[in-house]
Amino acid sequence: MKVLYFHLMPYPYLPENFREAYSSVWVEIPPELFDAQRATAMYNDYIDELELAASSGFDGICVNEHHSNGYGLMPSPNLIATALSRATQHTAVCVLGNSIALYNPPTRVAEELAMIDCISGGRLIAGFPVGTPMDACFAYGQNPSTLRERYAEAHDLIKRAWQEPKPFSFDGRFTQQRYVNTWPRPVQKPHPPIWIPGGGTVDTWHFCAENDYVYCYLSYYGYQSAKQAMRGYWDAVAAAGKAANPYRAGFLQFVGVAETREQAMELYREPAEYFYGRCLHVDPRFGPPAGYTTEETVRAGLKSQVGSVTGQSRSLMPTDKSGREMPAIVENGYVIIGSPEEVAERLAAIATELNVGHLLLLLQFGNMSKELNAYNTKLFAERVLPKLQPLFAEWEDEWWPQRATSAPTAAP
Amino acid sequence: MEKPHTTTIQVGGHACRVWRKGEGQKLGFIAGFGGLPKWTPFLDELAQHHEVVVPSLPGFPGGPPHRELDSHLDWLLATRDILEGAGLAEQHLVASSVGAALLADVAAVWPTSVRRLVLMAPFGLFDAAEPTADPWARRADALPALLCQSPEHFVELRKPPADELDPISWHLEQTRAVEASARFLFPLGDTRLAKRLPRIVAPTLLLWGECDRVLPPRYARRFSQLLGAATEVQVIPNAGHLLELDAPQAAARAVENWLK
Repeated sequence: MKVLYFHLMPYPYLPENFREAYSSVWVEIPPELFDAQRATAMYNDYIDELELAASSGFDGICVNEHHSNGYGLMPSPNLIATALSRATQHTAVCVLGNSIALYNPPTRVAEELAMIDCISGGRLIAGFPVGTPMDACFAYGQNPSTLRERYAEAHDLIKRAWQEPKPFSFDGRFTQQRYVNTWPRPVQKPHPPIWIPGGGTVDTWHFCAENDYVYCYLSYYGYQSAKQAMRGYWDAVAAAGKAANPYRAGFLQFVGVAETREQAMELYREPAEYFYGRCLHVDPRFGPPAGYTTEETVRAGLKSQVGSVTGQSRSLMPTDKSGREMPAIVENGYVIIGSPEEVAERLAAIATELNVGHLLLLLQFGNMSKELNAYNTKLFAERVLPKLQPLFAEWEDEWWPQRATSAPTAAP
Repeated sequence: MEKPHTTTIQVGGHACRVWRKGEGQKLGFIAGFGGLPKWTPFLDELAQHHEVVVPSLPGFPGGPPHRELDSHLDWLLATRDILEGAGLAEQHLVASSVGAALLADVAAVWPTSVRRLVLMAPFGLFDAAEPTADPWARRADALPALLCQSPEHFVELRKPPADELDPISWHLEQTRAVEASARFLFPLGDTRLAKRLPRIVAPTLLLWGECDRVLPPRYARRFSQLLGAATEVQVIPNAGHLLELDAPQAAARAVENWLK
């Protein structure tokens, strides 16, 4: 099993009354809440945290893209990934990813990711998300009706740009380029591994299965919410006639480790409640606009009445107050806490049941301090990681960067 | 309310529903936000004195597919083809909301293709000093109150009929109509129509709901300033953006008077 340390880079200074005083953490978050003076330390601390994870033995470190978002301060994950590529030697650098439909021309993504692959020496994982409605449609003004068509076209163009041996012309519906000639070229041949983050879109399951991409189920609601989506994905893999190699999949989970469950409950209460109580306060009108969700997915959702899996009309934030408090957060499995042994056992059980070979873990969340993050990261690396990494040894990870190896556990 | 006669025309190789009802001078109607899942009292009023012809825009209920339309030119040509196919070339035309944005463009690009024109709260312009509401950033259950002064009018229009055998497809059809309007208007509803409005020569009535929560009634003035043709503005009291749903009789009367 491969375990990646995932950072969202949340803004940690949202006021306590944020939910009552402001309409949304996303799209319309008030600019005046951003304190740039404190952000210098914040960004550098967060980069330190990712570097610490790399030097502690995590297989990969993972960044992603959000816009106008109070819990995700990486509008350009490529900037952070570049810094991490220089500061690390062995760890996979996972950019999950660039919302490829947002860039015009999309070859910009091909170029920047090729740069990161060169700088990191072939350690890049290239994530290609469609992008959330909040990021893509509202913050970036991308048309919900054409978003997935643009995505498909951008995907085709970027892959060709990485692989074609000669300059070529591209005459797409949305992008026309006379001279496509990506310089630099990625180190990894034919291209870096491609991972697709998804939230339960039926078409994405088939897209990943047919193209041999890793499907990463990213939700903040843990294992219970993942079951149905992962079942749908594995059905799609089977339908495509492919083996159920667990490395075809990734799964995101919040984790807090301490010596005992009681200690963990106490230590991680504040950052967890900060995240679920403030960071997920999104105005519901910024949910999926008509056209964002494919008709196949809407139809599947209406048929099975599982709106949560298909991303339909669910409020991001737990709707009742108690659901935003630590006992429910833990009870519902949004955050897995406990002693290292407990956490290892739980994660192994979940990974086995979901058949997921790539665990993407948020050990930093909400307004967690640098000290607490370091404690969580190190304790996890020392006492949980060794128990998880041997899992799925019988399978080959064909979706891992060619030049990334497990990092030495000694600090640099 | 007696149902209209349903006919089908072929547009670009696809079927397009055309409703017809009434006798008299021909009058075409293009629907607004959400399209027409059902025949409405407003159309029934018009059909008392006119032959009312109601084709469907791409992606709207009854319309041809919309996902092959990538540019504004594609949308204009599709609209023009639909109007011609429905026998509405050089006829009186009435359109609402998002449909009115396209119809205004048809009247601007092919100025002699329209006799007299009624635009009811048309999209197409955007003024940053007085921004329009964002109807695409809206939960489905919040749309009725945004679009109508009496939300039940919109709710009733979109409710599946009691004998509907496939409520899932019915639901998808409603969502698709909202998506289709986004396809040519997202995110601001600004089609740069301001550049082309001066080309319109058909005498144009601008109808606006007094309580329009999507396009502030002051947009009517901007339209009338830019229109090249003889123009009149009428504001319908106690009506929202889809004024033909809120005030079918008053809206129909205004249309009748303009076409006389």
